[in-house]
Amino acid sequence: METVTLQDYKTSEKSWWCPGCGDFGVLAALQKTLVKLGIPPHRVAIVAGIGCSGKMGNYINSYNIHVVHGRTLPSALGVKLANRDLLVIAAGGDGDGFAIGMNHFVHAVRRNIGVKYIVMDNHIYGLTKGQNSPTSDHGQKVKAAPFGNVESPVRPLSLALTAGATYVAQGFSSNQAQLARLIEGAIAHPGFAFVNVLSPCVTYNKVNTYDFYKQMLHDLDEDPDYQPDSRGGAIAAVLEREELVTGLIYHDPGSVAYEDALPGFAEQPLAGRDITLGQEDFLELLASYR
Amino acid sequence: MPKSLAWMIGGDQGEGIDATGDVFGRVLSRLGYCIYGYRHFSSRIKGGHTNFTVRIAADRVLAPQANVEVLVALTQETIDRNGHLLLSGAPLLADSQLKPVLPDGCEARLVEIPLTQIAREVGAAVVRNMVAVGGSAALFGLPLDAFEAYAREKFERKGETVALQNVEALRRGHAFIEELGLRGRFSLPAPRPRERYLMTGNDSLALGTLAAGCRIMAAYPITPATDIMENLAGLFPRFGGAVCQMEDELAAITLVIGANYAGARAMTATSGPGFSLMQEGIGLASMAEIPAVVVDTQRVGPSTGMPTKNEQSDLLAAVFGGHGEGQRIVIAPGTAVQAFEDGFEAFNLADRYQCPVIVLSDLALAQWLQSVENLPLGGHAIDRGAIVAQEELDRLTGEFERYRLTEDGISPRALPGMPKGQFLATGVEHASSGKVSEAPQNRISQMEKRSRKLDALRARAGAIETSRMDHAEVAIVCFGSIVGAVDEAVELLRQEGVRAGRVQVRQLWPMPDIPLATALGGAAKVLVAEQNATGEMRQLMRIAGLEDDRYRSLVHFDGTLLTPGRVVAAVQELSVKEGV
Ligand SMILES: Cc1ncc(C[n+]2csc(CCOP(=O)(O)OP(=O)(O)O)c2C)c(N)n1
Ligand code: SF4
Ligand SMILES: [Mg+2]
Repeated sequence: METVTLQDYKTSEKSWWCPGCGDFGVLAALQKTLVKLGIPPHRVAIVAGIGCSGKMGNYINSYNIHVVHGRTLPSALGVKLANRDLLVIAAGGDGDGFAIGMNHFVHAVRRNIGVKYIVMDNHIYGLTKGQNSPTSDHGQKVKAAPFGNVESPVRPLSLALTAGATYVAQGFSSNQAQLARLIEGAIAHPGFAFVNVLSPCVTYNKVNTYDFYKQMLHDLDEDPDYQPDSRGGAIAAVLEREELVTGLIYHDPGSVAYEDALPGFAEQPLAGRDITLGQEDFLELLASYR
Repeated sequence: MPKSLAWMIGGDQGEGIDATGDVFGRVLSRLGYCIYGYRHFSSRIKGGHTNFTVRIAADRVLAPQANVEVLVALTQETIDRNGHLLLSGAPLLADSQLKPVLPDGCEARLVEIPLTQIAREVGAAVVRNMVAVGGSAALFGLPLDAFEAYAREKFERKGETVALQNVEALRRGHAFIEELGLRGRFSLPAPRPRERYLMTGNDSLALGTLAAGCRIMAAYPITPATDIMENLAGLFPRFGGAVCQMEDELAAITLVIGANYAGARAMTATSGPGFSLMQEGIGLASMAEIPAVVVDTQRVGPSTGMPTKNEQSDLLAAVFGGHGEGQRIVIAPGTAVQAFEDGFEAFNLADRYQCPVIVLSDLALAQWLQSVENLPLGGHAIDRGAIVAQEELDRLTGEFERYRLTEDGISPRALPGMPKGQFLATGVEHASSGKVSEAPQNRISQMEKRSRKLDALRARAGAIETSRMDHAEVAIVCFGSIVGAVDEAVELLRQEGVRAGRVQVRQLWPMPDIPLATALGGAAKVLVAEQNATGEMRQLMRIAGLEDDRYRSLVHFDGTLLTPGRVVAAVQELSVKEGV
C-alpha cells in the first residue's frame, strides 16, 4: 500500500481563520490522525456545516461536502449509507450542532449512525460575528445580548450521554496529542462517535479563552479514579465538573452501528452495486396489486 | 347503457370503509372491469364521516362520477350527506339497526338490510361490511364466487374460521337482496378482461423508483405521501436498500443530497408543509450540482390547509420556491402509469442534469385506486449521467476539475471513493475546481453553466402529451391527476360536436414552450385547467411566452375532485360567451 503523507491531505486553499483560532488545532489533529492511520484521502468524506468551523473541509484534500447550516449529520448519514466503505466525518460548530441542528444531533446519537462527529465548540457564533451560542455561559454579554445571556447553556456531553451515545469524548484544541488520540478512538468506534472540542474563538469570545481552559480543565484520561465504561458514572462526572473535562468520557464496546442494524441493508457500498431490477422480481411485485 | 356505474359505501372513520371499498374494487377488477376508487376522508383516525366510491367501467376511467348508482350506508350521517347523489329510485342500502330515514327531497329507494344482525348471526360483528358487499354484488348481478374466492384469499392468514365467516357474510347479504327481487337491478357493461392491476399513484411511483435503482429513501410522515415511504420500507430490504424515517424534512432532504453526492440513488417524498422545509436543501443541490429526487404529493395549503383534500397549488413553489435562483426540473405525472414512468425518469434526469428533480404528484393521483394495464419496465433504461472515468483521474497531473465549464454545462462528477477525484462540493459559489470563489466573472460563468444545463429540456420529447388535438378548436391544457377528468370532458364535448382536445404538460419546468406552441398553434381557444386558485401553470406559461387573447383559465380550488362535468361546463360557457 502507498504511504499516506501529510502533504496528501493539504489543499491549495489558504486557511482563512483568524490567527490563533482554535480551529487550526482541530484541523492539525485530524490531518495527523488520518496520516497516522494511513487512510488515503479518497476514502474520507468530510461533511462540514456552516460557520468558521465549517471551513474545515476546505482545507483537507478529501472528498468534501459543505452543506447548509445545521444539517451536517443527516447529510453525513446519507454519505455513509451510499458508501459504507468511506470514513465519514461530520464537522461543525456549536451553533450548527446544538442550535439549528440540535434536532439532528439527538437523533444521530440515538440512531448510532456510523459517522464521526467533531464539534468545534467555541461557545459563540464566530462567522456571524459574535452572538451567543447555545453553549455560551449564563451572563455572557455580547452585542445581541448587551445585558447578558439570560439562558443557561446546553451541556453537549451530558446531553449525548443521556440520549444514548456510544462514544463521547472532549478535547481541547491546544492539547494536540490527546485530541488526536480521541479522534483515533472515534474512527475505530463502530457507530456514532462524538468528539466535542473546546476550540477558543480568539476574536469574539473573551471568556472561554486558552487561559481559562488551561486553568479550569480536568483531564479524565489522566485521572486514575475514572473509568469511561459506565454511562451513569460518566454523567455524574461531567455534571460534577460542569463539563470542564477532557478525555474519553464514555465508550460502549458493544455498540452496533445503524447501518449494520438496518434489515437487509447491503454490506457492500450501494454506490457500486448493480441497481437494475430484474423482470421476474418486477412481475412478482406487480402481482401483489392484482 | 351508461359508460360507468358508481357504488359508494359510507360510515364513520375506523369502521373499515376503505378496506371494504378495496375489496369491492379489487374483485370487480379481477372480473375484468376498469376501476377508479376514491375516498372522502378527514384528518382524524376514529369517527367523522368517510366514504369510498368505486366507479366501474369497461374502459379506463380516471375521474369521479357526479352521481352514484348504489349507496351503502352504515350511519345516518352517510345518508344525510350523500343521499342526494342517488338518482330517483336508486337503492340506498342502509343497516336496519340505524332506523334510517331519507332526508327531504331524496328520492332514492331505501332498502333496509339487517347488516349488523346478520353479522352477529354469522358469528362476528366485524363482517358487517361484507354482508353489504354481498348485497351489492347481487344488485349488480355479479357472480358471488369471485367475491368468495377473494375473501378466502384475503382472510386465509387469519384462519379458517375468519375466512368462512366472511364468505358466509357475503352469501347472506347476497341472498337478502335476491329475496327482495333486486338481483341484477343494475347491469354492468360486458367486461374486457385483461392483465390489470389496481394501484394508486403512490404504489406505482414507489415501484418506478425501485426500478430506477433508488435504494435510499428518507422521509418524514405526511399525508398523502406516506404510502411511498411505507411501500419502499417493505421492498428495500430485499434489494439491499434502506428507508430512513427522519426527524424532519430538513433531515430527509439533506440525507438524500449526501447519499446522491456519494453515488447512490436516493429520494424523499413529502407534501406541501414538508416541501417548504426542504427548500433550502433543494437550493444546495442546485448550487453544488448534486442529483436529488423530491416527490411532492400536493394537498390543499397553505399551512395545514385541508390535508385530506386535493389541490395543485405547489407548482410555483416547486419552480421558484428557494432563495436565490436555483435550477430545478419539475415533472408532473397524471396517472398511475405516468407516476411509474416519472418515478423512474426522475432519477435519470437528476443524474444527467445533476440537479434537483421535483416530481409533483397530487393527493388524487397519490391515493386513489386506478386500473393499470402494462407498466413497461422494459421501456426504461438507467442512465447515470456523466461520471468521470477512473483512468481519466489517474492521468490527472493537477486537481480534478469537478465544475469544469463545458458547452452543455454538464461536467462529469467523481464519486467519493474514486482515487484522485477528491473535490469540494459546496453551497458556496465556487470555481471550476470546486474551491470557493466570489470573483464576479466566475460567478457569471458558473451561474450560466448551471442554467445552460437545462436549455435542451425545453424541447424534450415527452414533456407534453396530447390527445384528440387533431383539428381541435378548443385546447384544454392541464397537468397532474385532473388529466382524467379533462379527457372525459373532451369525449363528452366531442359527442356534442365541440372539437375539443387535451394537452397535458408533464414537464412543467423548464416549460416546454417549443412543443407547446406547436401543439396549441391551431386552437381557437386555449383553456388552462388547474386545481388551484391563482392559475399557477398559466402564470408559468405566460413567463414562457405562451399567452395571447385565446387563453382562458379554469381554476378549481374547493378541495373536491375536478369532475368532467365542470370542465364541460367551462368550455360551454366559453362557447356561449365567446362563440367558439
Ligand atoms: C439557515 C441559516 N441561518 C443563519 C445562517 C447564518 N449563520 C452562518 S454561521 C452561523 C452561526 C455559526 O456558529 P457556529 O455553528 O457556532 O460556528 P462558528 O462560526 O462559531 O464556528 C449563522 C447563524 C445561515 N448560514 N443559515
Ligand atoms: S471568528 Fe473566532 S471562530 Fe471564527 S476564525 Fe476567528 S477566531 Fe476562529
Ligand atoms: Mg461556534
